[in-house]
Amino acid sequence: MEGQLKKYTIGALVSNKSGVLTRISGLFARRGYNIESIAACATEDPELSRMTVVLVGDEYTLYQMIRQMDKLEDVKKIGCANELDCVYRELLLAKVAATAEVRSQITLINEIYKAKVVDLSIDTMILELTGDPEKLDAYLKVIEPFGILEMQRTGTTVLARGKHTLKDRDCYGDHVN
Amino acid sequence: MKMKGADILINCLTEQGVDTIFGYPGGAVLDIYDALYRNGKINHILTAHEQGAAHAADGYARVTGKVGVCFATSGPGATNLVTGIATAYMDSIPLVAVTGNVGLNNLGRDSFQEVDIAGITMPITKHNFIVKDVAELADVVRRAFYIAGSGRKGPVLIDVLKNVQTAEYDYEPAKPVPLKPLETPQGKIKAAAEIINASKKPLLMIGGGAAASDATVPLIKLAKKLNSPVTYTLMGKGVIPDSDENNLGMLGMHGTVAAAKALIESDCIVALGTRFSDRVALNRKLFANGKKVIHVDIDNAEFNKNVPVSLTVLADVSACAEGLCKLVESKKKWFDCGIYAAQPTDSENCRAYEILRAAAVEAPENSPLITDVGQHQMWAAQIYPLNSPRRFCTSGGLGTMGYGMGAAIGAAFGSGKPCVLVTGDGCFNMNLNELSTAVTEGVPLVILLMNNGVLGMVRQWQKIFYSGRFSQTTLKKKTDYIKFAESFGAKGILLDKNDDVKEKLEEAFGYAVKNCSPVLVDCRISGDDNVLPMIKPGAAYETQLRKMED
Repeated sequence: MEGQLKKYTIGALVSNKSGVLTRISGLFARRGYNIESIAACATEDPELSRMTVVLVGDEYTLYQMIRQMDKLEDVKKIGCANELDCVYRELLLAKVAATAEVRSQITLINEIYKAKVVDLSIDTMILELTGDPEKLDAYLKVIEPFGILEMQRTGTTVLARGKHTLKDRDCYGDHVN
Repeated sequence: MKMKGADILINCLTEQGVDTIFGYPGGAVLDIYDALYRNGKINHILTAHEQGAAHAADGYARVTGKVGVCFATSGPGATNLVTGIATAYMDSIPLVAVTGNVGLNNLGRDSFQEVDIAGITMPITKHNFIVKDVAELADVVRRAFYIAGSGRKGPVLIDVLKNVQTAEYDYEPAKPVPLKPLETPQGKIKAAAEIINASKKPLLMIGGGAAASDATVPLIKLAKKLNSPVTYTLMGKGVIPDSDENNLGMLGMHGTVAAAKALIESDCIVALGTRFSDRVALNRKLFANGKKVIHVDIDNAEFNKNVPVSLTVLADVSACAEGLCKLVESKKKWFDCGIYAAQPTDSENCRAYEILRAAAVEAPENSPLITDVGQHQMWAAQIYPLNSPRRFCTSGGLGTMGYGMGAAIGAAFGSGKPCVLVTGDGCFNMNLNELSTAVTEGVPLVILLMNNGVLGMVRQWQKIFYSGRFSQTTLKKKTDYIKFAESFGAKGILLDKNDDVKEKLEEAFGYAVKNCSPVLVDCRISGDDNVLPMIKPGAAYETQLRKMED
């Protein structure tokens, strides 16, 4: 049953109530699921929040995680995103050590990655980049040598292309039966 | 109609048909107990400890099929319920636990007897609620009952803050929402029937889900039509009468030789309402061993969780069994149950078997059997014949020592019958305080205390896996259980090694029934008796041990 490790992105619509995030993260902890990121936010429907969870695991873990999550009273809809049919985005903020000498080098990198400088001080810069998670990984590698003082990533967010929405979905997704 | 939150709660319980509550009052539930007092229509059983109340509600739920209800106050009252709630969760028993908590103005300030019981019970409940606003209360109580009793059943906890109990709000009576039956997947049932029809040696394997679904009638019919042997997990005991000629007895670590043989020889396992726990599918990879496995369950998350199967059928066991009855073809009998006489071997030297067999004869018809956890539990599951469903209460999943006393009280109230509790001297000492409850409430209960002076099951494992180093499994208690029982107001009877079992048990059951009183029978048995057969954890069924020397 145990197979190859892969990255899966799971979207869920959950009740917009306190304690729901605890329920879900508690479930991951006690069943030993390896989570790379969780993003949660309110939605157009005041009753519902949306959560996007990135799981690193095999197919067995993916099936179990989706089905166990689906059993929670507060989870209303859940599905696994299909890489080809979805837009993935994440936002990164990184504070780097940037004295006057290296600023231009960083700006050059920013141009290529379409990153923005959102704060500038004598010896630091805060950089902002939005893109799919792999792009953020690549960008981080390039700016790392300058010295990252602190950073934050929002975690992956995802929407299906076209008219498909999570709330209209009637199955767990192409990966899961 | 305007009323206090506490009264709304009691009214909502009445709506749900609650007639019995097990609980213990305290500061944070004073208003609820006041409302209960003023209502006067619900029977409240005051236990000695909240754990006993939770187990009693569990026992009540198991024998009635209804949702069991228990009450406790905040803080320690609430935490004392935890083991009981976890026991119910592991065995999918419907329970609503109501706890009080400090008022909203004191919440989160580490107030006296404040504890985050919702946080604590999150992993051991189907769902739980903190009610902070009286406007939500009625809806929460109704939803709690629906959640507890629907789908795969389980416990739900409602934490009611003190301010909610005293605040006034409009109460509109409402009827319980009828449970939505799960749509029966006809296509899957047809596919299952095709697999069964193509097989030569099908075996029905019955679990707790079949008990929860009250599937006795369709399952007996299905087994008859298929002429197939039937085996059950611990949780499935009683669903098919043990007297049924197709019934091979329990499967698993301490299951019968016949059940293990049938499993090995079968070519198609029809698993109904079971989750292939590690006590049954001891080796997840070797369990199916090339056989077809059809898994019928109401919980989608159970499929392919422990054992990979050929076909999954998301359905209620009753509905599925009825569907299958219409589609399967009659088969020739392939397994002769008689050869293995559906009983464990090596039983001659086991005094407990003799006592349990005699108890089954002496006990009034249809008496619930309640067990604690350990050797005596396995002996009872192996040998005590149960011929009707909802008559067996045991902690299967969690293996809660101390479950029995509370559960027996609940089972007695639920069934209205005299009960038989099989316990050990280890387990009994954990919750023997509830004997006082049984005396107060006049519960006709025969307690078969398998007194061997040791923690038998742990000791047996130490014998097998730890070269006989009996670390902390010898109980050096000087307790005189007869005097103990009598000091509590119950009757005590000594059943010594050479005493006549029938005579003593006749006396015990006679007294219990006549006087509506618990009777404790101190059954002296050897500390060296083992539970056999046994399959070691992780081992295949072929390696079943029938004697200790094996």
